[in-house]
Amino acid sequence: MIQFPAEQLQNLHRLAPEIVLCFFGIIIMVADPFLGPAKQRILGWVAFAGTLIALISVRLMALDQGMAYNNLISADGFSIFVHVVIIGAAALAILGSMQYLDQEGIQRGEYYSLVLFAAAGMGILAGANELVTAFIGLEMSSISTYILAGFRRRAVKSNEAGLKYFILGSFATAFFLYGIAMVYGSTGTTRIDLVRDALETMIAGPQGRLDSLSIVGLALIFVGLGFKVVAAPFHIYGPDVYEGAPTPVTALLASGPKAATFALMLRIFYVGFGTTDGLWFWPIAISAVLTLCIGNFAALVQTNVKRMLAYSSIAHAGYILVAFAAGTVYGVAAVLFYLAAYVLMKVGAFLVIAHLGQRDEQRLEITDYAGLGTKQPVLAACFTLFLFSLLGLPATGGFLGKFFAFQAALDSRIVWLVVIAAINSVVGAYYYLRVIVAMYFWEPSKDYTPSKVAPALVLALSIAAIGTLYLGILPSHVLDYAKAAADSLTLH
Amino acid sequence: MSIVPISYYLVLSAVLFGLGIVAFVVKRNIITIFMAIELMLNAVNLAFVAFARAHNQLDGLVFVFFVIVVAAAESAVGLAIIITVYQNRQTLNLERINLLKF
Repeated sequence: MIQFPAEQLQNLHRLAPEIVLCFFGIIIMVADPFLGPAKQRILGWVAFAGTLIALISVRLMALDQGMAYNNLISADGFSIFVHVVIIGAAALAILGSMQYLDQEGIQRGEYYSLVLFAAAGMGILAGANELVTAFIGLEMSSISTYILAGFRRRAVKSNEAGLKYFILGSFATAFFLYGIAMVYGSTGTTRIDLVRDALETMIAGPQGRLDSLSIVGLALIFVGLGFKVVAAPFHIYGPDVYEGAPTPVTALLASGPKAATFALMLRIFYVGFGTTDGLWFWPIAISAVLTLCIGNFAALVQTNVKRMLAYSSIAHAGYILVAFAAGTVYGVAAVLFYLAAYVLMKVGAFLVIAHLGQRDEQRLEITDYAGLGTKQPVLAACFTLFLFSLLGLPATGGFLGKFFAFQAALDSRIVWLVVIAAINSVVGAYYYLRVIVAMYFWEPSKDYTPSKVAPALVLALSIAAIGTLYLGILPSHVLDYAKAAADSLTLH
Repeated sequence: MSIVPISYYLVLSAVLFGLGIVAFVVKRNIITIFMAIELMLNAVNLAFVAFARAHNQLDGLVFVFFVIVVAAAESAVGLAIIITVYQNRQTLNLERINLLKF
């Protein structure tokens, strides 16, 4: 029996979810060629089991919190909360993919391993306490999702989505990396907690302010991460990629990487640059306004429901940025709560679209949704719930997410930002309600009836729907976790 | 013998990074754009090495290896994506790859 040194075991505990995810990813890759094309679907369930075990292994992290691998990874309450959100998103996306992949004739093992690798990368992003480690996590998730976005190899739209995502994603990565280099040059370290100390001494020093190198570094990091969370003015590729990618992949893209990148942004801005006294307030606030307006107003004119939801996910990044701009512990908690609610409703909505799109994603126009309420009442009810939540009606997770975000901003006396956000959520009502009206009040189109919903998708949609209602009706439990997580982030 | 100041390397790195951005924005061929991204990543590497020298640390040099490895993985995936696009469309001109538009 090999004896692990205690420290080594601790490291493994604190990185347990990533290890589990990668392990299952590799198992699936190895098993893939041995199973015939008819049996590939089993691998989907293996991947789902992997995400469940990863969720359980988050518990190991929770029992043994602290820094791992020479302070490169931080397993704190914050990282744990984000891990649950990310792995949950991956699990739902996997469940929602099985029927879709069969229908498109691209049922392949590597699809599931790529989802798992992407989830592992996002987990590293959430826990990274060091910028180059964060870069590795970012690239792990990005490179996997570039492939996933172009996974329908024969479909030109999917090709194009993969290409655009790859080109603009690596462009953004270069900015992020250059930002890291600048911060490293200015402070002599890339550990986020040490960056904080170095900047503090710099402000307390003879100059009394930050040097331009670190400010430029922060700006470049903001550009790089802004691309990844699809915040305006770096959002241009977002709708194209979300529309072109296979819909279950869009569900993952719109939820997982966004949550993970927001987590990293919180860590860099609140911890690393947390003592800089509002240095980053204006960029975040302006980006929030732009993101809100562009997302909501562009969504108004869309007739393609998938593209409309793509713009809506841009708008939601705006609400998250409103909470982000608050700059308080409560703001962090609001961001985390919003992310949890957002992931459930967004993945749910995209999975419904994935199912209704039918073969080759032909049925994505709003007219295809006419009369869905009579054709498939349960599915339509589910979709309505997700749209209500995205719109922010009470008793849904989306409402409380917005509520806490606005409250956090009001507590920091940023009233104007809350006013703009509130106006935007009213504008948003129009395009969400239009789909609901089409489903229930328009004459059903005769030419097409959507196929039956597979058991895996039923499971995914039920989890998302119950979660959305749970967050909307009994939020206190999750909110307490979010607050504790926010405390663990800011009390370094 | 005089030593070349660190700032020279930083200016060179910034110029290379800027050239990368310009090429990225101006060029229309996917392969050229891809090369522009590689140029930007190498500009970052130069900055890392220069800063490592300035701080007299090895850290910055180690980062360069990470960047090189990741860039290699990225190119592998990127070229594969470019090949599938070329197979389906027979063009590498970005202006003609525009199915997804507002």
